Amino acid sequence: MKLQHLSYLSMIAICIATSQLFAESPAPPTGLTITDTPNDAGEACDLSWSMSPDDIFNPIRADEAEPNPETIVSAYLIERMTDDANGAEISEEDRTWRKVNEASAGSSTWTDRTVTPGWTYSYRITAVDNQKEHSEWCNGEASVTPSMQAFNWSKGWLAIFMLIFGGFVAYFINEARSGKKLWVRKIAGLVAIDEAVGRATEMGRPVLFVAGIQDINEIQTLAGLTVLSRVARTAAEYGAQIEVPTCRSLVMAAARETVEAAYLSAGRPDSYQPDRIHYLTDEQFAFVAGVTGYMVREEPAACVYMGGFYAESLILAETGNHIGAIQVAGTAMPSQLPFFVASCDYTLIGEEFFAASAYLSNDPLQIGSLKGQDYGKFVSVFILVVGIFFATLTNFSDADAKQGFAAQTLSFITDNMLGDAGLLPVSEGNTDDTGDDS
Amino acid sequence: MKRLVPLIIAICAGFVLIIANFIPYAQEWGSTAQEWFNILAVGAMVLGGGNLIKLHLMKVSAKNKGWGYSVVTIGCFFATLVIGLSKMGVHPNPIYPDYDWSGYYLEEGSGLWWIYEHMVVPLTSMMFAMLAFYVATAAFRAFRAKNTEATLLLVTAGIVLLGRTYAGVWLFGWLPESMEWLRFDNLTVWIMDIPNTAGTRAITIGIALGVVATSLRILLGVDRSYLGQD
Amino acid sequence: MYQFLKNLDRRWIFLSMLLAVAIPILMRIAFPEVVSKQAKMVFDAVESIPDGSNVLLSFDFDPASEGELLPMAQAFTRHCSAKGHKQYYMALWPLGSPMVDKSLDTIRAEYPDLEYGIDYMKFDYKAGGEAVIRMITTDLRGMFPLDSRGVSLDDIPMTKNIKNIQDMDLIINVSAGDPGTKQWVQFASTPFGITTVSGCTGVQAPQMYPYIPKQLAGVLGAIKAAAEYEAAIDEVYPEIAANPKAQEAKRRMGPQLVAHSLMVGLIIIGNCIYYVGRKRGDV
Repeated sequence: MKLQHLSYLSMIAICIATSQLFAESPAPPTGLTITDTPNDAGEACDLSWSMSPDDIFNPIRADEAEPNPETIVSAYLIERMTDDANGAEISEEDRTWRKVNEASAGSSTWTDRTVTPGWTYSYRITAVDNQKEHSEWCNGEASVTPSMQAFNWSKGWLAIFMLIFGGFVAYFINEARSGKKLWVRKIAGLVAIDEAVGRATEMGRPVLFVAGIQDINEIQTLAGLTVLSRVARTAAEYGAQIEVPTCRSLVMAAARETVEAAYLSAGRPDSYQPDRIHYLTDEQFAFVAGVTGYMVREEPAACVYMGGFYAESLILAETGNHIGAIQVAGTAMPSQLPFFVASCDYTLIGEEFFAASAYLSNDPLQIGSLKGQDYGKFVSVFILVVGIFFATLTNFSDADAKQGFAAQTLSFITDNMLGDAGLLPVSEGNTDDTGDDS
Repeated sequence: MKRLVPLIIAICAGFVLIIANFIPYAQEWGSTAQEWFNILAVGAMVLGGGNLIKLHLMKVSAKNKGWGYSVVTIGCFFATLVIGLSKMGVHPNPIYPDYDWSGYYLEEGSGLWWIYEHMVVPLTSMMFAMLAFYVATAAFRAFRAKNTEATLLLVTAGIVLLGRTYAGVWLFGWLPESMEWLRFDNLTVWIMDIPNTAGTRAITIGIALGVVATSLRILLGVDRSYLGQD
Repeated sequence: MYQFLKNLDRRWIFLSMLLAVAIPILMRIAFPEVVSKQAKMVFDAVESIPDGSNVLLSFDFDPASEGELLPMAQAFTRHCSAKGHKQYYMALWPLGSPMVDKSLDTIRAEYPDLEYGIDYMKFDYKAGGEAVIRMITTDLRGMFPLDSRGVSLDDIPMTKNIKNIQDMDLIINVSAGDPGTKQWVQFASTPFGITTVSGCTGVQAPQMYPYIPKQLAGVLGAIKAAAEYEAAIDEVYPEIAANPKAQEAKRRMGPQLVAHSLMVGLIIIGNCIYYVGRKRGDV
């Protein structure tokens, strides 16, 4: 009896083994290449492979008949082994092949970001179907040692533009320092500030200044504080009261310093009232409620909004309009500019707002930086025009000319100069420079 | 000295952030600088909160005009602070049942959740919704066909306003297929895609250059007015 | 009449706007939607990636803009759930976290088969705005060692192998300001080439269009685009089309039509006053 049981069991075992032996497994992926991810701190490796012919997303098999449902690839299993740990001890787990990723079907690239700089790794990949059957392993062509690059060349052109632009600014600051007179056009909005403060003084009402709702680390807030310095100084000279509610604590601290210094330089340190520069709340709309409440109660004669604003811009400006205040605004938020333009008497648009500090200070060094900014604009416009020219030329060329000079120049401008493809175009044959592996 | 030290800190932090952008070795420095800022900003909250309370207490004690509102402000400030810090009504996280305070601070049914759901949400929604009314009054008052440019803007605004609704399809639904591009909804897409994008790009480039020039002025110490110096 | 309109009390305009919005809401007026190119691009970005892809959804808005943005956020959630994408939720705004919770509630109610930790998960709010994005592009665990329930990322199946957000196949950002889409484009999509789509408020949308198509794969601007996106989803997923809760943006198009028509009417009246005033020498 026992013998009979044993023979049944052995038959079942043989059947299972045979079914395993003849179960169809998917075709393996091929051509696994591993490279050190460029322009990084040596913390990643790029893997790329050709999809398995059983992968329904494989573009090569697009015209083929129905795939075999048993061998359709559901995922790619990637394993890694550490060959060398640069003198450090390799853990038991890393010394053998271990799974590092399961990429979904249809993918042909993956970036391993769990590597250590200076260590050497080998990779292999297999296709897995829905029955969890593995294909044969495809080993990487060579092992790779990720290393840190000294400079991120994908940002090479950004560095060049920065140097050119910085050079212009530094050059014109130097020119101004040597005594050369530089001309700046009149900015009506800034001239109007003095008028507005004067009117507030005549009416015996306060001047309201809002430096946006962003924190001190935002350049718009800093630009706003620069204008505040001038407004506070004018207010001090005229004897007008200035009210500065802030949306951030750090802005309040900085604004107090600015206003105090302005009163000091106007020779009226006794008139400075620190409590008039106060924090309300970080919450956007609660801040607006606080400020508009103040506007309706105290009816300031002049309202100056300089900084980064969002949806609150219109609420502030319309309330100011309702109380009949002279309103001057300045922001670099393109989305809020239309609201300020519609509701305020004067609006500083984008770069005018940033030019305000130089304009108001009358300091030749700062005005020099404005001239440098203009030259930067020339460079931008020049690149734009060249780009438009070649884009138009490429558009009108026939298909064969797509690889011609115009197309290559255009791709150089868009991918290299304005993109992240590095300083120079990639060599021919390697067209996979789009970085779409993430 | 009071101005020099902050200036040096500003210049150093600025250059560190620039270098971190280009040198992989230094890429962590940028994150570190940001973390420092976050820590300082959180610390400054105490400064702001203290200032808020001080001013309102002064207003109440002097019985200034509207001092009743100050009482409400102080009351709400401390109520929210106590309810939030004590995690009132929050149950322990099931993963850490032994720790009373391990629950999610905005857990449904908790005190802070109640404040959020029944006070913050309606109040902020109300303020945002007021924009609809202000936009209407601003449009009524400011959109005037004073000259050619203003008229152009006016017509464009009309097309986009209607094109963003079913009216865009409905008003010109009778147009033949060859003239479908004249439908307000299609014109809106064109206006947003072409002239609007071109204009926004121009303003953005100008702003970007302005930002760079201002940053350079600050980094080179030419503009120090934000530190209270001319 | 001229004098009345010239000195029109703005409260009359407020009242007419209130009626223009309230009446269509109460009467439940709705219109069919034609899917625009922009909405189609966003739909394709979510639809074209393989089922089960990693999708990061950052909801950077607060209750103030909930009316405008929540319907599109919910539409993204439903679309990703129907596609079986692995959804990683986060918020860069302190009041954005409860907005994410509303999406998680939707998943629990409408897709009971999806499991927390396997199909979707949530990171808690972290202060820092763009600094958070900068950090998670290289080191996710440095910023979020735990999920919002306090569980280590190593113990959650869907985050076990995620080192940073470069492992995401798509980023969906629904944003009402900064930090929001601009920061995701500057610090995640552009430098690391992660495909990103955005849903934003109407006033923000013009700023986002220049980023299409390289830095953003598509933008949904305001409720109109959300309604079109819903229509695009409805065409492919009949079960979502049959769900009345999934038609929130479309429902809001009725009030939008009447309110916009009122605005156009107000502009015309304003110009008539201006024209008459100029003739009379008042202006």
